[in-house]
Amino acid sequence: MLEARELAIGYGRTQIGSGLNLSVNEGEILCLLGPNGCGKTTLFRTLLGLLPAMSGTVTLGNRPVANQTPATIAQQIAYVPQAHAPPFPFEALEVVLMGRTARLGVFGQPGHHDREIAHNAMDRLGIANLAHRDYSRLSGGQRQLVLIARALAQEAPLIVMDEPTASLDFGNQAQVLMQIASLARDVAARGCGVVLSTHDPDQAFALDARVLLMKDGHELAQGTARDVLTGPNLSDVYGLPVAVETTSSGRKVCMPALTSHH
Amino acid sequence: MDRGSLRGIARPKPVISLGAGLTLGLTLLAFGAVMIGPYNLTPGQTLAALLGQGDTQAQIVVWNIRLPRVAAALLVGAALAAAGASYQALFRNPLVSPDILGVSAGAGLGAVAGIFLSLPVAAIQASAFVGGMLAVGFVILVASLVRNTDRTLTLVLIGVVIGALAGAATSLLKVMADPYDQLPAITFWLLGSLAATTTEDILPTLPMVLIGLVPLALLRWRINVLSLGDEEARALGIDVSKTRFLVIVAATLITASVTALAGVVGWVGLVIPHIARMLVGPGFGRLLPTSVLIGAGYLLVVDTLARTMAQVEVPLGILTAVIGAPFFVWLLARGRRGWS
Repeated sequence: MLEARELAIGYGRTQIGSGLNLSVNEGEILCLLGPNGCGKTTLFRTLLGLLPAMSGTVTLGNRPVANQTPATIAQQIAYVPQAHAPPFPFEALEVVLMGRTARLGVFGQPGHHDREIAHNAMDRLGIANLAHRDYSRLSGGQRQLVLIARALAQEAPLIVMDEPTASLDFGNQAQVLMQIASLARDVAARGCGVVLSTHDPDQAFALDARVLLMKDGHELAQGTARDVLTGPNLSDVYGLPVAVETTSSGRKVCMPALTSHH
Repeated sequence: MDRGSLRGIARPKPVISLGAGLTLGLTLLAFGAVMIGPYNLTPGQTLAALLGQGDTQAQIVVWNIRLPRVAAALLVGAALAAAGASYQALFRNPLVSPDILGVSAGAGLGAVAGIFLSLPVAAIQASAFVGGMLAVGFVILVASLVRNTDRTLTLVLIGVVIGALAGAATSLLKVMADPYDQLPAITFWLLGSLAATTTEDILPTLPMVLIGLVPLALLRWRINVLSLGDEEARALGIDVSKTRFLVIVAATLITASVTALAGVVGWVGLVIPHIARMLVGPGFGRLLPTSVLIGAGYLLVVDTLARTMAQVEVPLGILTAVIGAPFFVWLLARGRRGWS
């Protein structure tokens, strides 16, 4: 569905990363992990066609993303940015309805059908009660859920999420993770392909995701969380000793060593 | 679930009655404004004159003096408020006014040049219109040559630069102008006034404003999405540069044509969209018509004050500033965010 081959990314003449390969299909979760500044956001912008690739190709639905209009891209891939406050007090439902834009004509307005889809998307995420609330006054976690509902309303088979759990509290993080897992795995509702970036390797284990581990704009390792997120790999990427242990319930957790070495 | 969607569909209802209320209020205001003036008319006389009956003098006053001026005030207020609402959505900032890209500065320079060259009134108006359009065209051109990822900020900054240059050229012409004949005319024009407006002035302006309003009305949903910012709007499927260009051209056409008619009238395009947003929310499909109605009523009231409150005409720009500036401070104090 979404495929990048030998991709080099960057702004203007400044190259940030190269030699990147990835592919995501419906029902799969790909988790991007790496330290700050390793090029995750730039990679996302390139995958979404917001930024031209410096070399290599991004194909979306078997066609190069560079040759597709914003509307066709948006019909295939939805973007969930980090929760932000817009300058105007739109209702949460209006924000979700904006996900329908790519399905409307240039002069089109969202109609009855679109409203129903938006309501259903909010329902599915358990935030139907927020529909007529001022989006700019919601909490960070609620906004993130509204933006995910907008991506659902977009009805794209792929969803790209930029650090969807950043700035969320412990409970909201778990809630958003559960929603992400169900987006991809819920066979009854046509599982989406999900690409997300995160700073927390434990989330990749929790989602049982495929992992692309990045360092300085390059791929360090790619594969299942179990194969890629090993102590030595994480230690290399984050520059400090990390231990990966198995809890009594069988889930893996990553623990950085917090002892300073003199 | 069903209740939710019913509520969603039910929502436009109060807005329609708000629109009807505003339209009714506007009609009453306009009728009142036709009555008021140095030659006061009773409601009966006014109605008779509007229907082409009653005494001839009242008919002349109504048809030749009051109606053109009332129509011009409605048109200018509606146009500036519509342009302001559009620019505010486009630049994602509720504190933006229609002259952000230098249209007023350009129109001012065009008009002042026309006055300086002692051109006839129609030519001065044409020159003001061309000046406003050229200034914004120049801003778009220069901004497209600057390599910067933040297109919006680039446009605004180039707008400031071009506005400052046009202002400097205007000042130069003021220094060189004949201080007894041309300078008062220049000053009066730069402060805005409808004192000399005739039906012949309104006729070319009206279609220009309507032509500008059509794309704004058609693009109303996309304008909402644009206010999320370039990158998000594009990710939601919008060709951002094309849409933004269309909105800028339409809003500039509107502003330049009414500025050519009335001179530089500030604050309307900044303040009115706020009041409209408080009434109907930021959704552009409701914001645009509400801004148009309130803007028209507001400028009608201000212009009626301008021609009746003193022995001499008070320039419009002075009144809109005196009313608008404190309101603006109040808005800032209310503390909605600026750039994001």
